[in-house]
Amino acid sequence: MSTARITLPSRRRRIRYPGTGPLAGTVALVLLAALFLIPVYVMVMAALKPPAQADAVHMWELPKSLDFSGVEQAWNALSPNVRNSLLMVLPATVVSSLVGALNGYVLAKLPFRGSKVLFAAMLLGMFIPYQVILVPLVRFLQSVGMYGTLQGLILVHIIYGIPITTLIFRNYFNQLPHEIVEAARVDGCSNAAIFLRVMLPLSLPGFVVCGIFQFTNIWNDFLFGITVVPDPTQQPVTVALNNLSGNFSVQWNSVMAGALLAAVPTALVYILLGRFFVRGLTAGSVK
Amino acid sequence: MPVLTRPAAPAPHTTKEPPAKPSPRAAWWRRHRFGIAILTPSLIMVGIFVYGFIGYSVRVSVSKWQGLNPDLSPRDPLYQTYDDMFHTPRFQADLRNVTVFTFLFLTLAVVVGLVLALLVHNALAGRTFFRGVFLFPYALSFIVTGVVWRWIFTPSTGANLILQGLGVEHGPKWITDPAVAGDVSGALEPVLPGGHFIQVELGIPLALIPVVIAASWQLGGFVMANFLAALSALPEELREAAALDGAGTVRYHWHIVLPWLRPVVVVVLIILGHISLKSFDLVYAMVGQGPGFATDVPGIFVFEQTFRALRYNTGAAASVVMFLLSAAVIVPYLYRSVIREKTR
Repeated sequence: MSTARITLPSRRRRIRYPGTGPLAGTVALVLLAALFLIPVYVMVMAALKPPAQADAVHMWELPKSLDFSGVEQAWNALSPNVRNSLLMVLPATVVSSLVGALNGYVLAKLPFRGSKVLFAAMLLGMFIPYQVILVPLVRFLQSVGMYGTLQGLILVHIIYGIPITTLIFRNYFNQLPHEIVEAARVDGCSNAAIFLRVMLPLSLPGFVVCGIFQFTNIWNDFLFGITVVPDPTQQPVTVALNNLSGNFSVQWNSVMAGALLAAVPTALVYILLGRFFVRGLTAGSVK
Repeated sequence: MPVLTRPAAPAPHTTKEPPAKPSPRAAWWRRHRFGIAILTPSLIMVGIFVYGFIGYSVRVSVSKWQGLNPDLSPRDPLYQTYDDMFHTPRFQADLRNVTVFTFLFLTLAVVVGLVLALLVHNALAGRTFFRGVFLFPYALSFIVTGVVWRWIFTPSTGANLILQGLGVEHGPKWITDPAVAGDVSGALEPVLPGGHFIQVELGIPLALIPVVIAASWQLGGFVMANFLAALSALPEELREAAALDGAGTVRYHWHIVLPWLRPVVVVVLIILGHISLKSFDLVYAMVGQGPGFATDVPGIFVFEQTFRALRYNTGAAASVVMFLLSAAVIVPYLYRSVIREKTR
């Protein structure tokens, strides 16, 4: 394939790589995409295999016939934990997003001397390794009677979600023109009224981005789940999946089906709302 | 919004100041009491649950607390737990592993992310689809991916089945390999003042490599997304100017695209670096501590010392070390990007 090297300004927006045709990039993309989907292939195929085919030696084979017994087993083992995860993730996401919206509004639109330093000090909380707060956290939860309960786990996710939700909303409100606030103030609105009547109606995209981010984060959490909740019936699905996978009496395909179950909610959110997911991701890298 | 551009005449904020000025402090308070009332509960929460708790852990780390009953009486000397811990072969292996892991993972993830971003950015068709595929692993839990990757890198199955199909009878031992490649501890011993202090082989534990692959698979798309955002902001005129100056594709990428991406590389390295320093879930689900602590990391060490062995002071000391390592990465970054950030 011959290639014209770009020596003159051309109208083409895409760049050609020397020595390659336009197809080479596409071929590379298709190959890499296939490579990236290998673990997904392994997981989905294993979950759909009949028991006779369901051992790791047949890992790469397509199912000879569709069979949902692995999914059924995994569902029997994990459904209480899927329920726990849902009961944990929904309130924690909603409350932490609301707190983040309020904080983000103040930091973006009503800054005062020292608010940046306070914000930076708050942000450190989302970068710490949570290992460094686990012992006092467990003791605190024990002393207020919330250790081992879903409520305790929800509280933990709300508190440690404050920095990231505040960051997402601060960045979101920063994009809105400052003149809106000034105009509302001239019209006699108080700061609280500006938030409720002007900012909140404009912040739906911010809530979607923040909600997706928190939903994914909290659903995928493992460390808090395993340390704050010792009772297996109360644990979130990530912890239960890890227990299932370490249990050698459980069949390989059920473990894979369990992984699939634990992956489905965040995968669905990602597939349906991927656009917002990408926005939250770049918001998560501070600036 | 172009409609709302600032008028040239009187600046809007001068209009709302009342004619009879109250004391500046009262005015300040009136203006900011709402904001302060909103922020205060969050600041108190973060103050207690982040800073207070870190302080508590520091205190535990210099205490005698081992076993079920909290014992916060100080050790003598205070740093004794740290001293013991740094002499433990397991913790030395952890520090080696997290260093090697961070280095390999950051390199691979950034290279993968860069290649993916350039390919997707210049794709003829299906950019959204390919971006979606490459970013997909980022939406999954480390436990899910750890469970799946563990099977792919179990020697009796997975990757080795494919190698067998290609004619390689004895594939690598992957996550079960206790070997450490490129041991330099022998060479370091005469050079380092405390050379005899090192009790582990300083090299690349081979069992870590599958974990590096899994982690790069999971976060390569994240790197790509950050690069793609920067690439879409790269002005088209730069490419045309480069072409006018006779620069080919390679020189264009080397002199224009890569320097343009450099600030993003810094951000990405900081984010991935702190994720790597505190890694726990993926390693725990995929390999655990590994053969001869080949894949043990401080995150696992803290968890097991604290919640399994009940050596609270040792666990706390290791967690403080983890905190200091990630703070060393994050604090300068926060300082630069938040405090010194230009206001509108």
